[in-house]
Amino acid sequence: MKLTGAQALIKSLEQEQVEVMFGLPGGAILPVYDPLIESSIRHVLVRHEQGAGHMAEGYAHATGRPGVAMVTSGPAATNVVTPLCDAYMDSIPLVVITGQVPYAVIGTDAFQECDTVGITMPVTKHNWLVTDAQDVPRIVREAFHVATTGRPGPVLIDMPKDVSNQMMDWEWPEQVDLPGYKPTLKGHAKQIKDAARLMGEARQPVLYVGGGILKARAAEALRELAELTGFPVVTTLMARGAFPDDHPLCLGMPGMHGNFTAITAMQQSDLLIALGSRFDDRVTGKLDGFAPDAKIIHVDIDPAELGKVRRPDVPIVGDCRVVIEELVKAVRAEKAKKAWPDIDPWMRQLREWQERYPLVYEQIEDGPLKPQYVIDTLRDNTPDDTIVASGVGQHQMWTAQRWKFNHPYTWVNSGGLGTMGFAVPAAIGAKVGKPERMVWAVDGDGCFQMTAQELVTASAERIPVKVAILNNAYLGMVRQWQEMFYEERYSEVYLSPDLPDYVKWAEAMGCVAFRVDTPEDVEPTIQKANEVDDRPVVIDFHTDFREKVYPMIAAGTSNDQVILDPAHDPYAAGH
Amino acid sequence: MNGPVQHHILSVLVENKFGVLSRVSGLFARRGFNIVSLAVSPTEDERFSRMTIVVDAESAPLEQVTKQLNKLVPVIKIVELAPAEAVERELMLVTVKATADARSQITELASIFEAKIDDVGYESMTIMVAGAPTKLDAMTDLLQPFGIVELQRTGRIALPKLARRPARLRAVRTRSA
Repeated sequence: MKLTGAQALIKSLEQEQVEVMFGLPGGAILPVYDPLIESSIRHVLVRHEQGAGHMAEGYAHATGRPGVAMVTSGPAATNVVTPLCDAYMDSIPLVVITGQVPYAVIGTDAFQECDTVGITMPVTKHNWLVTDAQDVPRIVREAFHVATTGRPGPVLIDMPKDVSNQMMDWEWPEQVDLPGYKPTLKGHAKQIKDAARLMGEARQPVLYVGGGILKARAAEALRELAELTGFPVVTTLMARGAFPDDHPLCLGMPGMHGNFTAITAMQQSDLLIALGSRFDDRVTGKLDGFAPDAKIIHVDIDPAELGKVRRPDVPIVGDCRVVIEELVKAVRAEKAKKAWPDIDPWMRQLREWQERYPLVYEQIEDGPLKPQYVIDTLRDNTPDDTIVASGVGQHQMWTAQRWKFNHPYTWVNSGGLGTMGFAVPAAIGAKVGKPERMVWAVDGDGCFQMTAQELVTASAERIPVKVAILNNAYLGMVRQWQEMFYEERYSEVYLSPDLPDYVKWAEAMGCVAFRVDTPEDVEPTIQKANEVDDRPVVIDFHTDFREKVYPMIAAGTSNDQVILDPAHDPYAAGH
Repeated sequence: MNGPVQHHILSVLVENKFGVLSRVSGLFARRGFNIVSLAVSPTEDERFSRMTIVVDAESAPLEQVTKQLNKLVPVIKIVELAPAEAVERELMLVTVKATADARSQITELASIFEAKIDDVGYESMTIMVAGAPTKLDAMTDLLQPFGIVELQRTGRIALPKLARRPARLRAVRTRSA
């Protein structure tokens, strides 16, 4: 069968079972948009290419399937660099297709030419410049294989216009042949045995669980391991939902804005079992003071993560699910051999910390609206399996702290790169992937202004996402740092509560919109928003700008120095 | 490159495709690994090229360098050649000031080093010398007093020494994620 390169590209995407793609056409990608008309693939037309990338990420987060975005050359390609980098940091499988000027004129500074492959090399797992239409099926096959296997990540295919128009003989490759790419799935048997033996000696163990659990679809296996050992679990920002928050062994989130118990449990642990986590600086705090007495078992599919930051006592390269399942067997064998130490004293200590240092805030009845109150009320008035997306900043931390994530794949956020503006497009992508689920974006006013135009996309495409803006009229997290570490010298952080008028803006974009200023309006307005199912909804919550995110570990300090909310510090209060 | 540099030699087999050099050098740059020298050449199999990379051991732990390199899709295999267990060779071209009275001294020096006079000009000459990097360093030092006009070195290439006992070249890892 003779096809053009463009037809072969669309057919290859269909072969890869792509159901939806997010994109925006332009000059160099025109030939590929033509066969899309006849294709079974749904295309969501975005308003900015960054939105296409984040939607593809949100889709991948929620479904576990690779997100696909397609844009043209030059400025469109540079606009997807942020989502690519975001996906690279958070290991999100993404396949991005960019148009390119004709191969014949590459290197001549042609209109809308840029070195897309060169620019995206550091932010993709791999990328391809297609030089011959005959290579299209093989490259697409390789691209999906690389994006979704091993440590997942974004890949990019750069498609010159003349290659799109070139004729080729269609043939779908049966096999992927990449001699330099062979991810290790199965953990080393002796290492797994060593790990089980260490676990059988620990008195203060903690399962330190990262986003790798979700990528490996290992939530069930993890639960089995936790229940078998009785070891407590901390879930990092990327792993919220990987272990249910309502489980008695769940300690919640550690790190810079984690809760006291999760942070301190890691800090005082004698054995950290790191599963698909990477000792990020936001988790460890000052590295040389981090968990000084802990031995480390580190399981990761990416060998480069083992020993990158902290040298493990037992490194295990492998897929988290496969390794944890083996670990469960090894633990059973170890338990049959000898009695394990009593970890009750440790668990009692953890319970005591939980009671003494809960997450606290105070909503005064006729006082200013507290952002935490909004999040708690939203959490308590939405279904248990609601998908929550967030941007980056205070609202993200409050949501990560306070939401009860009882199901995997319900938390969609930008962890590693910290991309402001992530929430709205990511929520749209998640809703496209999971139309039967309620999807809420909890956003900040600063973040919202970066990508809000994608609500036009959502209205036009009838994608009924819901957005709660925690509008404190500030770049809140920056304000918090200026207040705490720059002697309240506020530099360029004020945004205004009503410029823009968020309600009018949202309505202009085809959304239903509400404004809430008082605590008593929070719940009824959320109820109203929940009833809208044919278009997006935006609620503009005007919240107290003085509220800060606690607990906090100041940058560069040790995790021993947890800063609690001074208003609620049990020691300050004379306990 | 004067004085002993604490270094590792990595012999990296890569797919012979465009952009591979840029992937490798870009990785070194963004991870903060210093390259002492880099040589790329075709191999006996045209599908592959070999990069001989001398890495500054101070700048990064070798393990991280090789693990990150292994993550590049076109990287097939990495072999670390311990300096004591490898034959390292490099080529140098040096143009040195050589007025009529200095010429014979320089020629004599060249013959001691088994170097070759490749070009002679009115008041300078160009010498080619090949050998171990230390030999090139020594030659450079001895030519210095005459006045070095220009100097180029190729960067080293290396193969494992053929030991009488089992070779200690070590495949670092051939997997990636």
